[in-house]
Amino acid sequence: MIRLERRPAPSKSWTYLAPLLAVAATMIAGAIMFALLGKDPVLAIKTIFWDPVFSPQFGSYSRPQLLIKAGPLILIAIGLSLGFRAGIWNIGAEGQYIMGALAGAGLALALYPMELPVLLPLMVLAGALGGWAWAMIPGLLRTMFNTNEILVSLLLVYVAEQILSAAAVGFLRNPEGGGFPGSRNLQSYPSAHNAEIIANTGIHWGVVAALIAVIAAYVLLQRHILGFHIKLAGEAPRAAKLAGVNPARLILFCMGVSGALAGMAGLFEVAGPAGKISIDFGAGYGFTAIIVAFLGRLHPVGILLAGLLMALTYIGGELAQLMLSLPAAAIQAFQGMLLFFLLAFDVFSHYRLRIATGRAA
Amino acid sequence: MATSLALAMGAATGALAQNGEPVKVGFVYVGPVNDGGWSQHHHEAAVKLKEHFGDAVELIEQESVPEGPDAERVLTQMALTGADIIFATSFGYMDQVESVAAKFPNVKFEHATGFKSGPNFANYSARFYEGRAVMGTIAGMMTETDKIGYLASFPIPEVIRGINSTYIHAKKVNPDVEIRVVWLNTWYDPAKEADATQALIEQGVDVVLAHTDSTAPLATLEKSGGYGFGQAADMAQYAPAPRLSSIIDDWAPYYEERVQAVMDGSWETAATWSGIADGMVGIGAFSDAMPEEVKAAAQEVMDSIVDGSYHPFTGPLNKQDGTPWLAEGEVADDGALAGMSFYLEGVTGEIPN
Repeated sequence: MIRLERRPAPSKSWTYLAPLLAVAATMIAGAIMFALLGKDPVLAIKTIFWDPVFSPQFGSYSRPQLLIKAGPLILIAIGLSLGFRAGIWNIGAEGQYIMGALAGAGLALALYPMELPVLLPLMVLAGALGGWAWAMIPGLLRTMFNTNEILVSLLLVYVAEQILSAAAVGFLRNPEGGGFPGSRNLQSYPSAHNAEIIANTGIHWGVVAALIAVIAAYVLLQRHILGFHIKLAGEAPRAAKLAGVNPARLILFCMGVSGALAGMAGLFEVAGPAGKISIDFGAGYGFTAIIVAFLGRLHPVGILLAGLLMALTYIGGELAQLMLSLPAAAIQAFQGMLLFFLLAFDVFSHYRLRIATGRAA
Repeated sequence: MATSLALAMGAATGALAQNGEPVKVGFVYVGPVNDGGWSQHHHEAAVKLKEHFGDAVELIEQESVPEGPDAERVLTQMALTGADIIFATSFGYMDQVESVAAKFPNVKFEHATGFKSGPNFANYSARFYEGRAVMGTIAGMMTETDKIGYLASFPIPEVIRGINSTYIHAKKVNPDVEIRVVWLNTWYDPAKEADATQALIEQGVDVVLAHTDSTAPLATLEKSGGYGFGQAADMAQYAPAPRLSSIIDDWAPYYEERVQAVMDGSWETAATWSGIADGMVGIGAFSDAMPEEVKAAAQEVMDSIVDGSYHPFTGPLNKQDGTPWLAEGEVADDGALAGMSFYLEGVTGEIPN
C-alpha cells in the first residue's frame, strides 16, 4: 500500500523542483484539454508559451506587454510574501490596490490641470499611503481584537470595489465625459502620467518599483534581523517568541508593507497603462498575486520569475483565443491547473512517498 | 485627415484586390458569449455574418475582456493578427479603441454605444429607448399594483434614457403608475439581478424591466409571480408569462453592411444610431398573457415610431425637479438624448453620483 510519511524537514530539492514539475504537468494536462476541444495541442502550447516572446509577428508588441502585466503582479506578490512567510495572511491586496489607485489618482485629479514636476512622486506616496491605510484596518483589528485578518482583509475588497464604482460614477467622474462613468485620463495629464521610461519597452516606473522591491525583499530576508524574525515567526512561532519577536509589531509591519506595495501597484497602473479610474479598474491583480507569491515559493527571485510566467499565460492565452478560437474558460482552466499542480507537487516537499509491502501499516 | 483616410483606404482595398484573402473580422465582447443577453447577441450576429459571407470572412473573437488596459492589448493583438475590421462591442472600450485606432490607420474600428469617432473609427448604437416606449406602454397597462420596477446597470445616458422612456409611456396609459429603479452597477450578474428582482417584488412591484443582460430576472419572476420582458435577446423560453414581449438587439444587418463596405473598399467612418424602423431594435412577439387592448396599444406606439409620426421624447416634458425640458410638441434632438443625465418628472429616487 502507498502512504505519505511526513519528512522531518521540508525537502530542499522538492521545494525547487515542484514549480518546474507543475509547469510541465500543466503543459501536458493543458495539451490534453486542448486536444479534447479539437485544437492542435502542440500549436496551442506554442501559442501560449512561445509566440508572445519569440513570434516575429507579435513579439515586438507582446514582450513589453509582459512587463506591463507582470509589474503589478510582482510588486504586490513581494509584499504578500513577507506576511505569508510569517503566517500573516493578507488576502485583500485587491482592495489595497484599488484604494491606492483612488488615493493617488484622487490627488492628481484634485490638482488638475496644474503642471507640477513632483506630482507623480507625490501620487506614488499617496498611493502607498492609501494601500497602507486600507491594510492597517485588518492589521489593527488583528492586533487589538484578535480578529481574523484573512476574513477582514478579504471583505474589505468588496468595500473598496463599492468605493471604486462610487468614484467612477460620482466624485472622480470626468466632468467632460458626456455623462459616462470614469475619471479624466491621466495619460493626457503630463505631470501625472506614469509614462514608459524608454519608449516601446513596457518599462514604466511600476516595473522599476517591482524590481527594486524584489532586491529590497531579498536583502531584507537574507541580511536583516527583521527578515530573520519574519522567517522565524513563520517556521517556529515559539522560538520567535523566545527570541523576543513582538508579534503585534510584525503583523503591522507585514500588513503595512504589503498594503503599501499593493497601493503603489494600483497607482502605477491607474497613472499608466489604465489611465483612469473606471468601474472595473480592479482587474484581479491582487488575487492573482497570491498565486504568483506561492508559485514563486515566497522567494523574491521566484516571485519575479512566477510573475513573468503568469503574465505569459495571460498574454499567450489571449493569443490562443484569437488565433485558435479557444474559449476564454479553457484558458482560465489552464491557469487554474498551474496552481493545482503546484499544490499537488508541494505535498512531496513535506511528505515522502512510502510504498509498504505485505504488512499492514 | 482626409488624405490619410484616402491613403489608408487605398492601401486596404489594394491589398484585398491583390490576394483575394478572406476579410478578417474581429469581435471583442465584455461578457461570456453565452451570457444569454448582450454579448451573446453580438456573438450570434457575428456567427450570422460568417454564415452570410462564408469563406469570404474569417472571424476572430475574444470574450470576457475587461474594460481597461486588457481591452487595449486585445484590440492591438487583433490588429496585429491582420484583422481588417474590429467591432468592440461595449461602451467601456471607447478610449482603448480611440488609442489603438490611431496606431493602426489601415484597420477599421467600430465601437458600440459610445460617442467618439475618428477617420478609421466609427461608432454605432441602437435607439433602445424606442423599444422602451413599447415596453413601458405594456408595463403601464399590465401592472395591477401600479408599481413597475427597473433594474438599471450603470448611470450612463443610454440607461437613463431607457428609464425615462419606460416611465413616460407607462404614465401615459396609467396615470397612477410609479417606477422603482434599482442600480446594480453591473451589466451581468445573475445572482444580483435575481436578488434585486425579488426585492422589487417584495415592495409590491408586479412588472419588472431590466437593463442588465441575464435571464435571471425572468427566472425569478417565473417563481415569484409578476411580469417581465426579454432584454437584448427575445428570451422566448419565458413566454407567454412572465415574458410579455422583448427588446431584441439585432446587430447582424449592420455587421453585414459594414463588412461588405470593407470588401468593396467603400467603408467610411460614421455615427450610426438606428431604431425599430431599421431593424436594429427588434420587438419580440407579444405574448398571449397580454389582453387584446394591451397588444393593440403597444402595436400602435410601435407603428407610430416606425412610420416616423411619433418620437418617444415629445414635449411637454419636464425634468425631475419640475423645470421644463421640452415644450408642447417639441421633439428631443439626438445631441440632448446622447448626453441625457437627468430623470424626467415623476420618476422617483436619484441617479447615483
